[in-house]
Amino acid sequence: MKKLLLCFLMSMLVSAAMAAVPKMPIFRFENFTVANGLPDNHVYAVLVDGDRVWVGTENGLGLYENKHWKVYGTADGLAHRAVLSLALDRRTGDLWAGTMGGLSRVSAGRIDSYTQLNSGLSNDVVYGLSVEGDNVWVATAAGGCRLNTRTGKWTLYNDRNTPMNEIWTYNVMATPEKVYYAVWGSGVLELNQKTGRWDKYDDPDGENEMVLFKDQGLIHEIVTSVSYVDKILWIGTYMGDSRYDGRYWHNFLMKDSGLPSDFTNLVKGVDATHAWFCTDKGLAYYDGVNWAVYRPSLKDGRPEMTVRDVTGKVTQIAVTTAPAHNYILGIDFQGEDIWVATAKGLSHGIRLRTK
Amino acid sequence: MSRQLSASIVIATVLLAVFAGPDMRAASRTAKSATQAAQATGSVASTDASQDDPDEVRAVPLEQYASPVELLFSPDGAWLYVLCQESGEVQVLDASSGRMLKRIAVGRVPRGFALSPRGDKLYVTSSWDDRVAVVDTRLLRVIATWRVGAEPTGIAVDRTGTRLFVANRISSDVAVLDAKTGSELRRLVAGRGASYMTMAADGSRLLVTHVYPNPRGYRTVPESEITIIDPQTTRVVERMPLHSIAGTFHVALSTDGRLGVVAHLHPKNLVPLAHVEHGWIFGDTITVFGPDLGMGPGSAVEVPLDELDRYFSYPFGVAISPDKRRIYITNAGSDVVTVVDVRRLLAYIHAHPGGFAENLGASAYYVEAHIAVGANPRGVLLSRDGRRLYVANRLDDTVSVVNTASNRVDKTFALDGPKTISALRKGERIFYSARYSFQGQIGCTNCHIDSTFDGLTWDLEPDGFGIGIVDNRLLEDIRNTAPYKWNGSNPNIQTECGVRTERYFWRSQNYNDRQLADLTLYVRSIPARPNRWRLPNGQMTPAQERGRALFVRSVDNFGKPIAVKNRCVYCHSGPMGTDQKSFDVGTGKKTDPSGLFDTPQLTNIALTAPYLHDGSARSLEEIWTVYNPEDRHGRTNDLTKDELNDLIEYLKTR
Repeated sequence: MKKLLLCFLMSMLVSAAMAAVPKMPIFRFENFTVANGLPDNHVYAVLVDGDRVWVGTENGLGLYENKHWKVYGTADGLAHRAVLSLALDRRTGDLWAGTMGGLSRVSAGRIDSYTQLNSGLSNDVVYGLSVEGDNVWVATAAGGCRLNTRTGKWTLYNDRNTPMNEIWTYNVMATPEKVYYAVWGSGVLELNQKTGRWDKYDDPDGENEMVLFKDQGLIHEIVTSVSYVDKILWIGTYMGDSRYDGRYWHNFLMKDSGLPSDFTNLVKGVDATHAWFCTDKGLAYYDGVNWAVYRPSLKDGRPEMTVRDVTGKVTQIAVTTAPAHNYILGIDFQGEDIWVATAKGLSHGIRLRTK
Repeated sequence: MSRQLSASIVIATVLLAVFAGPDMRAASRTAKSATQAAQATGSVASTDASQDDPDEVRAVPLEQYASPVELLFSPDGAWLYVLCQESGEVQVLDASSGRMLKRIAVGRVPRGFALSPRGDKLYVTSSWDDRVAVVDTRLLRVIATWRVGAEPTGIAVDRTGTRLFVANRISSDVAVLDAKTGSELRRLVAGRGASYMTMAADGSRLLVTHVYPNPRGYRTVPESEITIIDPQTTRVVERMPLHSIAGTFHVALSTDGRLGVVAHLHPKNLVPLAHVEHGWIFGDTITVFGPDLGMGPGSAVEVPLDELDRYFSYPFGVAISPDKRRIYITNAGSDVVTVVDVRRLLAYIHAHPGGFAENLGASAYYVEAHIAVGANPRGVLLSRDGRRLYVANRLDDTVSVVNTASNRVDKTFALDGPKTISALRKGERIFYSARYSFQGQIGCTNCHIDSTFDGLTWDLEPDGFGIGIVDNRLLEDIRNTAPYKWNGSNPNIQTECGVRTERYFWRSQNYNDRQLADLTLYVRSIPARPNRWRLPNGQMTPAQERGRALFVRSVDNFGKPIAVKNRCVYCHSGPMGTDQKSFDVGTGKKTDPSGLFDTPQLTNIALTAPYLHDGSARSLEEIWTVYNPEDRHGRTNDLTKDELNDLIEYLKTR
């Protein structure tokens, strides 16, 4: 009965809120910490595979399935306890985990690990991963690389064979046509898979932290994340975010968008117009016009959701739950639900139906 | 034909046999040469090659031994398909009489075949061509060949006939193919050396085994697995661990799927080989699993087949009778089929809940019979009613038909092929037989699976635990790489295979001079498999070319000359990649009697991890990233990671 009443009240609140502001998704967040089975509260990455949820934490790889946690560590063959990145081969179900000490493949419980000493992996610190066909693309602290899982061949990408000025690659997104590398301090690199040609996108302001040429190029050189979907490239940096459609750039800054912060750890495009931004001050959702932010309040830690409309008007939405922490590191989708990696726990955002 | 010409043909044939080896003989023949040979001898070549792709299926080389390895019935049980590894063909026999109906060339070194659910197509892997041949069973001819992965071995078809699963031994994975077009849909990670598979009768599971142990840490107990695939989702759903196992062969499921059995070797490579006399080097075992064990989900029990003073070497093929009362296992090194009474076995298992894998007294309780069959029995097949067991005798070119009621061989079908036994063939029989070792425990093939290697390190010396650990080296194409042994102490193969093997391995002196000569002949003839990293046109990829330049370089990245003896190409010179001398390259351990090691040949080096004399390097990379801190094993510490990767790409082509 209590649950029914709570749902009714929540629906009323949601309906009231939505009547006044743009319709943005509202979630009830269920949070996981070490207290309820999470391997570690510091969650670097989250990945959904159907009913299963993988998390990369500072102290192991976690699998949440049937409401139970299974934890994999170095004793199971994991390359390192700190798991920074995750990617799924959706054809085979194999999970790739990038760690602080190498790259691991988890295949039906068996873990095989590749390091810079025992394989062609360019560096043991694996920040980003992407699976494309038979290739696993890897972003490491010493350049990018590609493992062809059929031939076992490693191909390295660095300052010797690409326009990469710095070799600290932070994220990678690969498709059969294009591969994008987010390079910390060296913009975005694009590989045309058909021609083998590399292109580079830089901040037209150089390394200047002032934005002199807004919407004329990449927002900043310290790029943390790339997401290529529907031929749109979404880019996250430590100084704002960018959207590039192949011809035009659109940049997002906290001061002129609904971003809660310019410091973005990860951006994930849903399609050409919708994207999620994982920042140091909350989780943001952009629907092409309006913005929503989900976080514990920066003032008092209470659950908070705000919606910013096209005019810049910001409305508070009454919510009773929020992500586990406002330092957001990752997100993935499970139907209409979201799973969120934060610096102090994992959050399952259960989408609430609104009228 | 003149007498001189006949003599020339005979001599040429013998020379070819001696210097090419059996697989190479099959491999080196093309359709054209076979046809010429057929014309010369007046025989008829059976060249049912695909019209679309005639060069892709090799002709049946008429002089080749058949070497049957696998068996299948046609759906009505009237025909017996016999997969012949050396002659590269499927021989079709009348299952009752053994009368030869047809010979179909399918490609080089076929290792597995499977029938479509309707029985209209027979899919055959040719492991040296990296292809699957599709045989129309009505026309009895190859109608297509499809390019697949590296060294395809086992093959299975799903229940709907829409998907094929192919185990690739070199890439250690299972390819999922569209059964209509042969196009590959995906690869699934399997165990190292993925080879044999069986589909559950209800199509719910595909079980895959692998012949080399999965990579693990240095000097740790070997581990293997049965990879279980859901054929519907084409995903690996489970990996059933096989602890202490290396060398896993056929796996079988009962018709109801409740009882499974897998044949394998249980090596004890962490103790000195001197312990042969203690019965302590190889266990010949099977693992039974499934709900019929009555021990809960996922339970599996390793079951020894050996006896206290008699071994049943190299369990390979397995079959479960339709009524689940018997398990049949071929012991390829002992030339017998072991019959296990399942009821008694289950009773024994329940009475010994702690396991009994190393109890050599156990088998007396559940082994019902040993049936002597032909030489090197491999695949087995039960008739649908379970009354007859067919056994492929690889080195006899025969199929034994066993009456399962009496456990006796009723009939023996002779396959087409040469009827005289050459010295080479005799040598091959010796290689694959365990009869020459103490109590018939082991044969050469125990460590050199299919004449290759086993992926293990061994303690071969009788001087205590952990002294003189050595990695098992590949036997392919070694005839010009003397001396032998890691310390280079054996000047020729005769010494390597003779006294040294008999004394240290077999703990017996059973070879006579002729037998040793035959064995030496065979070992000298073992060819190298096709190298999968070389481009077909003989050219190199840019990375391989860069790696080759590093291999032969004389100046390091700092512009300093590299001492001649510290260049890769100095020791690893010549066509085999060895100067046949010993060097101290800084890899010796305190436990090694000497730091001097024979320069190993580089033949198919990509396949043979682990590396270095003691197998301490788990990968080619580790040879230099871990075990070459002072540049004594070549000047490499100036290399960038890119360059090291290039060097390795080149080495893989050797």
